[in-house]
Amino acid sequence: MSDNSILSRDVSIRRRVHVISDRCKECGLCIIVCPRKVLILGETRNGKGFRYPIIKNMYECIFCKLCEYICPELALYVS
Amino acid sequence: MISTKIDYLSGNIAIAEAALTVGLRFFAGYPITPSSDIFEYLAEKLPERGGYVIQFEDEIASIAAVIGASWTCNKAMTATSGPGFSLMVEGISIAVMTETPLVIGYIMRTGPATGVPTKTGQYDVLQAEYGFHGGLPIPVFSPSSPQEAYDLTIKAFNISEALRTPVVLLSDATLAGTYGKVVMRESTEIEILERRKLSRDNHYMYSSKDLVPPMPCIGEGLKLYVETLTHDERNIYVPTTEVQRRLVSRLYRKIIDNIGMITEYSLYKYGNNRCDLILISYGSSALSASVASKLLNERGYRTCLLKIKSLYPINEILLKNLTEEASKIFVVENNVGLYYREIRGVLKDKDVRNISIIDLHIIDPYEIIEEVLRNL
Amino acid sequence: MSIETYEETHPIDRYVRVDKLPTLWCPGCGNGIVMHSLLRAIDKKISLGKLHEDQLVFVGGIGCASRIAMYMNFDSIRTAHGRAIPLATAIKILRPEMKVIVVGGDGDLAGIGGNHLLHAMRRNTDLLVVLVNNFIYGMTGGQQSPMTPQGIYTTTTPRGNPEKPLNIMKLAYALGVSFAARGSVTHPYFLDEIFSRALDKRGFSLVEVLSICPEVFGRHIGFRRATELFIEFKKRIILKRKPSIEESDYDWDRGFVIGIYIDREDKESLSDTYKNSS
Repeated sequence: MSDNSILSRDVSIRRRVHVISDRCKECGLCIIVCPRKVLILGETRNGKGFRYPIIKNMYECIFCKLCEYICPELALYVS
Repeated sequence: MISTKIDYLSGNIAIAEAALTVGLRFFAGYPITPSSDIFEYLAEKLPERGGYVIQFEDEIASIAAVIGASWTCNKAMTATSGPGFSLMVEGISIAVMTETPLVIGYIMRTGPATGVPTKTGQYDVLQAEYGFHGGLPIPVFSPSSPQEAYDLTIKAFNISEALRTPVVLLSDATLAGTYGKVVMRESTEIEILERRKLSRDNHYMYSSKDLVPPMPCIGEGLKLYVETLTHDERNIYVPTTEVQRRLVSRLYRKIIDNIGMITEYSLYKYGNNRCDLILISYGSSALSASVASKLLNERGYRTCLLKIKSLYPINEILLKNLTEEASKIFVVENNVGLYYREIRGVLKDKDVRNISIIDLHIIDPYEIIEEVLRNL
Repeated sequence: MSIETYEETHPIDRYVRVDKLPTLWCPGCGNGIVMHSLLRAIDKKISLGKLHEDQLVFVGGIGCASRIAMYMNFDSIRTAHGRAIPLATAIKILRPEMKVIVVGGDGDLAGIGGNHLLHAMRRNTDLLVVLVNNFIYGMTGGQQSPMTPQGIYTTTTPRGNPEKPLNIMKLAYALGVSFAARGSVTHPYFLDEIFSRALDKRGFSLVEVLSICPEVFGRHIGFRRATELFIEFKKRIILKRKPSIEESDYDWDRGFVIGIYIDREDKESLSDTYKNSS
């Protein structure tokens, strides 16, 4: 178990959730579908006045890509 | 050696044969008297030439289907009558906005509503031009004999391709069933116009000075974009007055500026040097009007017949020139006096009278003469 | 620890007309989820060589869901309300090598376009029809649609919808189409699977996607945010891989069963019919 967690810590530095902030419309779906609560609502507003999500804790991410799949605006992807 | 085939055809079959000559590839229709025999004739002949004839569930589907077929860069046509055309008008508006080449055969019946499906009338002459929402002009042709039906169908396809517009070919139940000698030509011997196609080299933008833009085809990787909302030269929805003005004025001028290409008429003078009376008519009523003119000439009235074969757009300059010397002008038609209103509007300074005679078969020339004499 | 990133493009952007983004859809609209899922499925087919970009043409009518067809970076055609299916049929007949996809909402395809949907199913026309069902006429402000569940408030049924909704799966079953499946935006992985399967099929493929309309539908029935509607809606979705057609009726309180209802290989499609007769 502990071996796995060391591995995941290394991997998560290279892979992460990318947010295209200008496309976000603050619907909040990515935040609620994440099974590990990786994303939270940020404070900064984008060009349209919407607050986009920011990553709370990348190490929790299991790369299920549910956030990427649920975003209606193509504003989020996991690499 | 020119190979001509001379056959004895009805008005409807002449339309179908002309469509085959010009390269029709797709016909979508719904059965409605008196246009069904165009459909049935093509259903036998068109598949032999590699085309498709499909019966759809209603006229609304038919017009949508021919629009789709036209965008695959194939010639497409449908045919209907009064009640069917009323269902198609939304589709025609779409075709005007998206500049889709199309021919709609409109075989009028006695109206309104169901009327008498197997008998004639000219009740829909205004609807053929103004029936769809949007108020932009489309060409409307009106043959009065099977030979004219053949020739005008070819012209209708040519105009639709050259100007990227839907064209209405207006016939009626009497002409549909009238047989006459038709000289048919091979497709290699007549002028067949094709739309200007957009190739990979052209960008999908066209100059606003170009009245008729080139047309892309589906399936060539051009990522074509067909938009029914108001669009600019990139076909993108831009709801501003400036763009709307540009679009509407171009769509309007596209037809009106090309009126020389569209205009078709015949003036029969019957040996007179100048015409005192002019009968203006179209469609099957023109046949009655021509007999009436001859009889009037025999009775000493110098009468000429102006048979209008391109009902819309109305060539005002030509009309004014041709009727300059006449003292009285009579518009003969089989309805309550519809095209008469158009002529009266154009010839404001002349004495224009309305000879509207309702008849289920074809107007009786003697009734025309009676009305003319009463109006003198 | 928060990592702020500033990115410009999304991996699937090459299939989208990016100059038209951001979309006109409301925040949280299910249409974006459907479009995204469809594009992922198409992307996989293209990379496997089963489909080519130039082979695709999208036809849309009027409505928010039909706009999906116009955001795609393939051949896109827009037409009158409800009339996308006959237009697509003509394209398929004249260009049989193309993959023709019709996208529309429940009002566009099953309401005004219902007759065309019925006949396309009867003929088993080779089309992929994506019916995005958000149970309402969204673009015009929330009127009743033929697929609105019974009892729901809409602006034209303010005392609750007295009518039962149209069950498009049963209709597809009765008419014997090649493929009919119901997915939901709440289950994007399954939706990807459905689209993947549907893109391979010949004959009529109907994919009904249950979707959320937070600004109109959600707000009218009391949910103020897209997330609230999403969570409530997800509770009512029952996923079964191969449900029986008897379970396809839906109701807002009893739930919606999603799954692949019909998947057959043996049906003759419209292309077969017309190839044989000419």
